[in-house]
Amino acid sequence: MNKEPFIRISRRDDLPIWKAWLIRIAAVIISLILCGIIIYGLVKLNPLKVYITMWQGAFSTEKRCWITIRDCMMLLCIGVGLAPAFRMRFWNIGAEGQILVGGIATAACMLYFKSLPTPLLLLVMLIASVTAGALWGLVPALFKARWETNETLFTLMMNYIAIQLTSFFVSKWENPYGSNSVGIINRTSQEGWFPSIFGQQYLLNVIIVMALTIGMFVYLKYSKHGYEIAVTGESERTARYIGINVRRTIIRTMLLSGGICGLAGFVAVAGASHTISTSTAGGRGFTAIIVAWLAKFNTFVMILVALLLVVLEKGAAEIASIYSLSEYASQMIEGIILFFILGSEFFINYRLIFRSKAKEVQA
Amino acid sequence: MTQLLQAAIIFGTVILFGAIGEIITEKSGNLNLGVPGIMYLGGIAGLVGTFFYESSCAEPNVFLCVVIALVCSITASVLGGLIYSFLTITLRANQNVTGLTLTIFGSGVANFFGGSLNKLAGGVGQISVSATSSGFCKTLPFLRNVSVFSSLGFMVYLAVALAICATLFLTKTRRGLNLRAVGENPATADAAGINVTRYKYLATCIGAAISGLGGLYYTMDYIKGTWANDGSIESLGWLAVALVIFARWKPVHAIWGSYLFGILFWVYLYIPGLSRSSMELFKALPYVVTFIVLIAVSIHKHRESNGPAALGLSYFREDR
Repeated sequence: MNKEPFIRISRRDDLPIWKAWLIRIAAVIISLILCGIIIYGLVKLNPLKVYITMWQGAFSTEKRCWITIRDCMMLLCIGVGLAPAFRMRFWNIGAEGQILVGGIATAACMLYFKSLPTPLLLLVMLIASVTAGALWGLVPALFKARWETNETLFTLMMNYIAIQLTSFFVSKWENPYGSNSVGIINRTSQEGWFPSIFGQQYLLNVIIVMALTIGMFVYLKYSKHGYEIAVTGESERTARYIGINVRRTIIRTMLLSGGICGLAGFVAVAGASHTISTSTAGGRGFTAIIVAWLAKFNTFVMILVALLLVVLEKGAAEIASIYSLSEYASQMIEGIILFFILGSEFFINYRLIFRSKAKEVQA
Repeated sequence: MTQLLQAAIIFGTVILFGAIGEIITEKSGNLNLGVPGIMYLGGIAGLVGTFFYESSCAEPNVFLCVVIALVCSITASVLGGLIYSFLTITLRANQNVTGLTLTIFGSGVANFFGGSLNKLAGGVGQISVSATSSGFCKTLPFLRNVSVFSSLGFMVYLAVALAICATLFLTKTRRGLNLRAVGENPATADAAGINVTRYKYLATCIGAAISGLGGLYYTMDYIKGTWANDGSIESLGWLAVALVIFARWKPVHAIWGSYLFGILFWVYLYIPGLSRSSMELFKALPYVVTFIVLIAVSIHKHRESNGPAALGLSYFREDR
């Protein structure tokens, strides 16, 4: 007998935005409850108190607030850089490497051109880092455009070349000798450091990244290039049919994507750590992929997602130091929350129809 | 030379496990970028399981230690594979993003427990399981005096055996053929009556179990039953993904490929007159070689040497 399946799945496009957000928020809350249970099981701490401690870790003092904002901007910057590539369905897993080469270029300028006046030096650093990142993004794009080389694997490999390149320069520039680190570059003279604006050290980071965020939103939504990216991403054949030069779009978009990721390296080195090491990118290139994807390439939504992740990271670090646990707890919690958000997308895009309900509809 | 070869084989075995698992997973069309995370899970679960066993009795039985380590490791890796399968196959989430999340999650779980387990259990200092590690490091008795084999644990041979079995499975059995069909063209496979979902789930979970053994081998043999929070499992995991491309999705090629990667990785120690900075450049050699293979494969569009055609694409029956 031909029985109807117990559950059927059908696509739905008509879900109102507020309902979609309700589902997402519910997913985050459920995951936080699950994390609370896990934390309680491990260390027997009141989960509510743990979350309050986490909140304090991110926001309790002004300095902490600014560091949270700084790290959020960093993650957002990379996410904004990845957005156009992902919109085009070009899997740029190579942000990590693009940040690092941007960082290397920045550090090189700080070391070798420190005699230039500060505004000019910053401009040179900016150009150098964007160029380096763009070139790092260009290589996989060329191969993808010409021979359809798998970009996921290609960009992944490029990361490791960039990491080894960073190690190479770190041991070349190491200071003091034998420390195997570059140390704070221009510690006393502060050449090439971002200047404080209104007494706030990290305000320039915020200004740069917010400008990029708004610019990218407009670029993707209202420009002709943005349209070409969207069509190429949806269907390459359609793009070719309506006369879009797919190869040129791929190469141009990856230049842009790599360039912004290189710029993120510039912000990280000149605006935050003032040093270069293999952990300058520190996995943010991977985290930003998730930020860009979850935000559906809407750069304003990315602000929220990036903030959520950074607050979690800071909070977990705080718990780790107070209860002397490993700070990797943050990655574990981050993973669980992301799993839930990824899973929740299903309930936004699809509807479950149970057997009995389906009969009612027929009747 | 013997030393280099030995170091290369030990290094290669870690990524060989990872690569065999990933090949089986990718043959079903799932590009699992969570391999490093799964290797982390496999490594830490084996360590935690034997840690509790060793600290609960005074005279741990070495054989039992090894069995516990294997069981815990495989269980944890399969759970990792299940999370990935459930999200990508049933809930239809994006494969790349899910894989990367799994890597973040796995590295978080592993480093969290690796770093705090001793404190949670009320002890002090580094976690260490010497009895289990001695079991994993035990060499084959009749090969003890043969130069290259003199310090290889049993898992080295297990990896080679698994690679051969995987090749036989993929090329000589009906199920292997079905699996490849799912990876090449799931719609056709579905029409031919193959249960695509079941094949994808099974391939991903079994692949995860094998990949996880790489992490176990790393913790038990490579670093002798301790834990290091230095992220090396993660970089080895990505190297395993690279090896899949290098071996052109054939497990047998992964055997010599993994040893070659090991040689390329360690060769800087044997080249005289290298400065410390240029050593770092030499460590990039395995990746450079992978590039060349990746590019060569995409230029010569040999159907045989390319990856599964539907790699990385989700399959939903009604989307056709």
